[in-house]
Amino acid sequence: MSGIQRIGKTFRRTIWQAVPTVIGIIVINFFLLQLAPGDAADVLAGESGSATMETVAALRSRFGLDQPVLLQLVAYLDNLAHLSLGYSPRYNLPVADIIGQRLPGTVALMTTALVIALAGGIALGIVMATFAGRWPDRVISIVVTLFYSIPGFWIGLMLILLFSVKLGWLPSGGAATIGADISGFDLLIDRARYMVLPAVSLSLFYIAIYSRLARAAMLEAQAQDYVRTAAAKGLSPLTITVRHVLRNALLPVTTVAGMHFGGLLGGAVVVETVYSWPGLGRLAFEAVMSRDFSVLLGILLLSSLLVIIANVTVDLVQAWLDPRIETR
Amino acid sequence: MAPLLDVRDLTIGFPSATPVRNLSFSLAPAETLAIVGESGSGKSLTALALMRLLPSTARIASGRVRLDDDDLLALPEVEMRRRRGRDIAMIFQEPMTSLNPVLTIGRQIAEVLQVHRGLSKAQARREAAELLDLVRIPNPERCLDDHPHRLSGGMRQRVMIAIAAACRPKILIADEPTTALDVTIQAQVLELLDRLRRELSLSLLLITHDLGLVGQWADRVVVTYAGRKVEEAPPDVLFEHPLHPYTQGLLAASPRLHENLHYRSARLSEIPGNIASAATQAGCPFAPRCPVRLTQCRTNVPYERDAAIGRRVACHVDISESSRGLHHDAAVSY
Repeated sequence: MSGIQRIGKTFRRTIWQAVPTVIGIIVINFFLLQLAPGDAADVLAGESGSATMETVAALRSRFGLDQPVLLQLVAYLDNLAHLSLGYSPRYNLPVADIIGQRLPGTVALMTTALVIALAGGIALGIVMATFAGRWPDRVISIVVTLFYSIPGFWIGLMLILLFSVKLGWLPSGGAATIGADISGFDLLIDRARYMVLPAVSLSLFYIAIYSRLARAAMLEAQAQDYVRTAAAKGLSPLTITVRHVLRNALLPVTTVAGMHFGGLLGGAVVVETVYSWPGLGRLAFEAVMSRDFSVLLGILLLSSLLVIIANVTVDLVQAWLDPRIETR
Repeated sequence: MAPLLDVRDLTIGFPSATPVRNLSFSLAPAETLAIVGESGSGKSLTALALMRLLPSTARIASGRVRLDDDDLLALPEVEMRRRRGRDIAMIFQEPMTSLNPVLTIGRQIAEVLQVHRGLSKAQARREAAELLDLVRIPNPERCLDDHPHRLSGGMRQRVMIAIAAACRPKILIADEPTTALDVTIQAQVLELLDRLRRELSLSLLLITHDLGLVGQWADRVVVTYAGRKVEEAPPDVLFEHPLHPYTQGLLAASPRLHENLHYRSARLSEIPGNIASAATQAGCPFAPRCPVRLTQCRTNVPYERDAAIGRRVACHVDISESSRGLHHDAAVSY
């Protein structure tokens, strides 16, 4: 089967599986959120400080919160069927607009963090496997164990302390220089400077996981017969490692990285808060606090889609890395 | 003719054992030399030592491996890398796992051509197709883009042979090349190796535990026991008049149809004991199992000596007188 056919088949299969998954996620989350005490009207009323029972009731009926739960669910699904994510009482904006503002920032942050984690993790894994049992392996082992065990927010704060406060090299928060009139390459550099610290603090935990995983996979692949064949061909150790060992060792790493893509969004809440990064994680957190369930449902829907896309990507990457994997 | 490859006193040691001791043999141009021995007699280690691909725990304690005018064991690693795959190539026992599952066949053959002969990608691909044709793989152009999992064991071993033969090496080491294959494929693979030996005039070092293969395909046989050579002879002479008690026992234990000796008609004789007893043995390693041992066998290692033209044997017993008698005695007394 050719590559394009294989990709097409994978897509069709995934989309058919994705539809019921997404509907299930929406319905279950909808009922779970109903269990939380209070609703958006309560929060709005509480914040205004001078709301009467009548204004609260008016708010409820305006946002449809006074309807029976099942009718609310049907209304939400009806909205979705018309490709609308609903309306946020708190922001007084369509949910799609709110999420649309935050999505690029979060996706950029998550992707950068994942790329750093994969590149760093695999590189460290190669070094550890090459020097297995000797001092570079031991030292890196200790360092990545620290990465694994130190909480992300603390690492975030320490990085700010070092690079922003003491050294003054990098900005401590935000996503871009406010009011800067720049474009092209300068704009890219500006964004990158703001990206470095949050992406690094988000990725350290995953660097720890991937480096351990890559080390183990490399050691296993090194012991295979085809590596001996490669040596018998007279190839250099570097060629053997890159061409024959690494590619086989990448399979377990990509599997786990795909599963982490969804998890990164959860980790992003903390890091986005520490670095005041305008992303979905923080939006979700704020939505929970203000009982802004339509925003929250929108984010959950979107993140489930992200996870599904990540899974498809992993499937495709694996099919590309290992020709023995064929779409069932 | 001067030997192409000359191995002298090769000793390979692990921290806990010495599986190959003082092994010497030589290989003439375009000759097939078979090294036979049972499992654990150090055959494969010898092959890996010639390639300098021993596992990291093994050490070459002493010895010399002369190819042309160089001692392979003394070459710097970089220089040795240049020889591997170009002057001296190897195929392995397990064709199912010896090819990289994620690279195409074409790429795995082209690789060796690019490294040693500096061919471009396109040239290497063309040559790879020719090599696949040389090892009789049908439809070579299509096979180039296939991955190993699409090929049967026999086909994969042919690909391995194509890789090994790619740079027209002087020596091809085949370590149990047919053990993992079924009988009909075995014959095809050996025929292929023999044809390549003639066409490319390369020397073949065939490592096997299968005496049946040796008679048909080898010019000369080295019989090893516990990492030492016990006997060396052309196969027909060896089968007719084995000199060493171990070889005699081994042949007596093999079914021979023309003498109506088969395990269906009578019980085959066996060599009592097992090879493990040889590990820490002083003197001749075969002494504990030997039916004709002398007192000195327990203490002195027998050195190799010429028994006849083209024949060498390592045994204290005066073989020239009693060889035929021994063979019968041994076969009957078990």
